[in-house]
Amino acid sequence: MDWLEGTIVITSIRGKNLLSLNELTKQAILEVLDVAEAFVEVNRRTIKKVPALKGRVIASLFFEESTRTRLSFETAAKRLSADVLSLAVASSSMKKGESLRDTIATVDALGIDAVVMRHQSSGAALQVSRYVPHVRVINAGDGLHQHPTQGLLDAFTIRQVLAERNGATGTETGSELFEGLRILIVGDVRHSRVARSNIAAYVALGADVRVAAPGTLLPECVSDWPVTVVDDIDEAIAWADVVGLLRLQRERGSGSFVPTLSEFTSAFGLTVERARTMRPDALIMHPGPMNRGIEIDSVVADRSSAVIERQVQNGVPIRMAVLYLSVVGSVEESQ
Amino acid sequence: MAESSFRSVTSHDPSFIARSQLLSSDDVARALRRMAHEVIEHNADVDESVIIGLQSGGVAFANQLALVLGEISGHAIRSGQLDVAFYRDDLLRNPAPRPASTSINVDLTNQIVILVDDVLFTGRTVRAALNALTDWGRPRAVQLAVMVDRGHRELPIRPDFVGKNLPTSLEEAIVATVDGVWIGSKAPS
Repeated sequence: MDWLEGTIVITSIRGKNLLSLNELTKQAILEVLDVAEAFVEVNRRTIKKVPALKGRVIASLFFEESTRTRLSFETAAKRLSADVLSLAVASSSMKKGESLRDTIATVDALGIDAVVMRHQSSGAALQVSRYVPHVRVINAGDGLHQHPTQGLLDAFTIRQVLAERNGATGTETGSELFEGLRILIVGDVRHSRVARSNIAAYVALGADVRVAAPGTLLPECVSDWPVTVVDDIDEAIAWADVVGLLRLQRERGSGSFVPTLSEFTSAFGLTVERARTMRPDALIMHPGPMNRGIEIDSVVADRSSAVIERQVQNGVPIRMAVLYLSVVGSVEESQ
Repeated sequence: MAESSFRSVTSHDPSFIARSQLLSSDDVARALRRMAHEVIEHNADVDESVIIGLQSGGVAFANQLALVLGEISGHAIRSGQLDVAFYRDDLLRNPAPRPASTSINVDLTNQIVILVDDVLFTGRTVRAALNALTDWGRPRAVQLAVMVDRGHRELPIRPDFVGKNLPTSLEEAIVATVDGVWIGSKAPS
């Protein structure tokens, strides 16, 4: 997984697939963040629905379990007035051994404009985009590769919170708040598609990104990444403007990469003691679901500097922006 | 996005080539004042009205109109702004317009809504706005105020208050701001 995996450079996701944030320029990322700002307002209305995607059909295919991503994508699609086809994989023909290709062909035969998909294999979304080139594919997480909308909503949340402190809106501040912003990502980087998407977004926007993890939970190729690996986590925590924690992914076997969970917590967890050494205005982020008491102490997670709930709230407007740009922007080319 | 009340004619739309200025900023201010008097003549209970500017060209006019109405009537007149990008019927032809900010902090049920735009042309923006307004309640009445009516309607929509009627050809372009009104053409892209 080389950092420069994609030779594609996308300057706007209008009418395009969203497979990886590594392909996007700063301009493309900022466009999504700015459009999401308009959808934050829509989500504050009594009637939180606009007709922009009326008559479009979006298939939601989650081959791997998910609560917040699936709910927020489907909410986003419905608030744009799209029709949502939702495939519950556990009760589908995939259980009978149907291949990914055949499943996609079946869904495509029903007439769809976009697919939102999550899959346990890295590159699955790219593969599907080759099967159905006339359908927009939005990657909602593929294996250890990417989780683009999470990366976008984390960048959006940071910009929103920092802009509010200055009494401004995110759109007004553009990317200036990210220039030199000190972001520390802590935890299971190896198994984290969120980390890969976060790093792509933060680096494109101009932040100084560092990662801290036990050697076993860093990917081999981390030296090719545009980040610094820190030796002393306590020093890094005192340095950071933003501390982004990652979930220890026990379902991907992370448990066997650390001696014991409590040792991981004492060496890399955001404990109450560590949180005390943070800058007073530093943000604490977590993509969820949290392992309270492992990568983050329960008390720390509930502190006001933790913007974890904000991240969940921003999931809907970011995904509305992605669907709006990708699907509405596509019509001219596809017809 | 903070709306600046002073936009030069070129920053309004870089592809616009002005041929001549039809109204000065003083003319525009006078027209707005006359429209304000017409609004009051038409609506005895003007303090129950909400002035809503359509993004982006209508916002400065709406703010100005609300101000003048407040001066004349002695009541503070509520105002807001509306972006109709998500309600347009031409998303097929002109995909994904960049949305601007919407802010309507009032339940519009039983209010008199006065929509304000810079130029009335095909009527499709107004159609989209009427559609959008229903999400904020059921207004008692909706009226339409525009600085310039340039004709060529494609829908059964007519303005209640007009700053200036300007018969135009389809090839011409109009820019109307609080700084003045210009006629010209669009640079071929």
